[in-house]
Amino acid sequence: MKKVELVQISKSYNHHTNVLENINVSIEPGEFFVLVGPSGCGKSTLLRMIAGLEDISQGKLFIGGHHANLLRPSQRGISFVFQNYALYPHLTVAENIVFGLQAQKVPKNERNKRCIEVADMLGLIPFLKRKPRELSGGQRQRVALARSIVSQAPICLMDEPLSNLDAKLRSHMRSEIKQIQRRLGLTMIYVTHDQVEAMTMGDRIMVLNEGKIQQIGDPLQIYNHPANAFVAQFIGSPPMNLIPATFNKQKQTIQIEYHHEILVPLHDVRNISNEDIIVGIRPEDIHLARNEPIHFQIEVVNVEVLGTETIISFKIKDQQWSMKWNGQWRIAIGDRIPISLDYQVLSIFDSKTGTALKNAKADTHYKINEVNL
Amino acid sequence: MKVVVDEEHKGQIPATINKLSFLSRTLNNRTALLYLLPSIVLFSVFVFYPMFKTVYLSFFLTDLQGRPAEFVGLENFQYLIQSESFHKSIKATLLFVLYTVPISIVTALFLAIIANEKLKGIGVFRTLFSSTMGMSVAASSVIWLFLFHPSIGAINRLLSIFNIQAIEWLVDPSWALISISITTIWMNTGFTFLILLGGLQNIDENLYESASIDGASFWYKMRRITIPMLSPTLFFIITITLINAFQTFGQVDILTKGGPAESTNLIVYSIYREAFINYQFGTASAQAIVLFFFILIVTILQFKFGEKRVFYQ
Repeated sequence: MKKVELVQISKSYNHHTNVLENINVSIEPGEFFVLVGPSGCGKSTLLRMIAGLEDISQGKLFIGGHHANLLRPSQRGISFVFQNYALYPHLTVAENIVFGLQAQKVPKNERNKRCIEVADMLGLIPFLKRKPRELSGGQRQRVALARSIVSQAPICLMDEPLSNLDAKLRSHMRSEIKQIQRRLGLTMIYVTHDQVEAMTMGDRIMVLNEGKIQQIGDPLQIYNHPANAFVAQFIGSPPMNLIPATFNKQKQTIQIEYHHEILVPLHDVRNISNEDIIVGIRPEDIHLARNEPIHFQIEVVNVEVLGTETIISFKIKDQQWSMKWNGQWRIAIGDRIPISLDYQVLSIFDSKTGTALKNAKADTHYKINEVNL
Repeated sequence: MKVVVDEEHKGQIPATINKLSFLSRTLNNRTALLYLLPSIVLFSVFVFYPMFKTVYLSFFLTDLQGRPAEFVGLENFQYLIQSESFHKSIKATLLFVLYTVPISIVTALFLAIIANEKLKGIGVFRTLFSSTMGMSVAASSVIWLFLFHPSIGAINRLLSIFNIQAIEWLVDPSWALISISITTIWMNTGFTFLILLGGLQNIDENLYESASIDGASFWYKMRRITIPMLSPTLFFIITITLINAFQTFGQVDILTKGGPAESTNLIVYSIYREAFINYQFGTASAQAIVLFFFILIVTILQFKFGEKRVFYQ
């Protein structure tokens, strides 16, 4: 187990603009750390910098307490799983697995022993003699995993390893990778653009956008207390509904469109300094209004029935919002439904900077359950 | 057309379909033939007809216009077997192939590997290295004619700086074939380089990155990744270079005219001399047939033994 520390790291390709800026993070030994962000946000570049496949333009990288900026990739004690797996197409599965061991001149007996051990762990024994092109996507993915595990490197870096798999296999591999990481005590740095992977796999998540850290925290922290509008909208499916609104200090209300007003409690009034704000609400926090005095009339534009829940889309101010209701609902497109927006579950962001001014009170609506036996 | 089958007509329908579709069955083939026609015509005129004519002529003695005069059976071939000059020509050709093919490939591979790096201005080097491809045989030969000149040539001048005695590049029988080989290697480099560079660029960069994370050395990557992944390209370029080497003509004609003492009388040049200087179209044709089988056998051998080591994706 080794710690990875990034101090003030920046990356620039042309000396003018930074593709990554001021990255400070410390990844604990044995931690499953997920780098998540939209494509082009610099997350893969950051991972490749940790691996030594890209130069670090500025800042310092420490691996296991040692300054590692100038170490060659092979000296950093890492293994790397590429998005396209990077399997050697002309070698068999077994040869692929031991390629690195052979390069490091590990004796043949040990090579074979370790190969069998890892192949057994990942269920690859029947395929050892096959070439990569004779394997399915999932099996190739396992070979790539095996190659990374067999090196016994304490740090494992993965660059969108599941993006080439179909949905079913992906969710299966998610839990498998997580289990392997736990069992071997690997320090894992995992890059993905899929917020579901980030939420389900990560011990901690770092959300990146346009080369800057948006937020670092554990999955629930990021979901319940997004630092800004970007994180709020990026994490969660369907994403958080956002809409520009105005805050009226005299009336102590938030005004959405002309006739939708939400009263702000006194103790929160001073926290909201701006007039122009963005109001956000999670789809699961919008409820059917039953006999409530203040409610919105919406017109349904789409309904997705998922079995255990129903996602209903509607339009507010040219924006499509969605809400997620538990259970099965019989709703037709074009139906007009009254909904209530409770102030407690609203998130409020500064409309210029996007910074969160107020987060939804998670504990009022989601109690974080614990099992006590 | 929709065919509805009812019980009554069931027996008759297959016959009707056969009759109707006779033309449409052959339609595909006729269309295909139409598309092939231009190349069939061109090949017939410029390849197949001359080939059969050559075989035909090799059994005859000819007059000065190349018309068959007397059927001699295999005498032309018997003559070749006994001919001292033809032996020399075969030996020179084989030596020439041996000199040029491996060195051309290794040189071009080396250049391709160093030009495959992603560096600023690498395009300049790639253009330079492939530039000999754009030069005609005549032009390159003339350049080398000057370079090889015994007294004013750049090579001998360079040698004189290191106090090495001037070499009679094109006049000395022991050097002439080597000089032709050097010229040929230089001329081959451009095309070979370009093909190999293309092959190298097709190799997934991630394979090398993965190998460097595993701690593989340059030579290990070369042996375990580059060569196997490049093997289809290498195989192709070796075959092409080999065939080209057997068919070398232009540089011999311009630089040495087959001399001195027939030391550079490569087989195609020998055919040319036999046919168009000595007007012996019969024996020239016989030589051409021998060359054809030489190339055929070498290529078959190459496919038989070489292709096993080629990895196709």
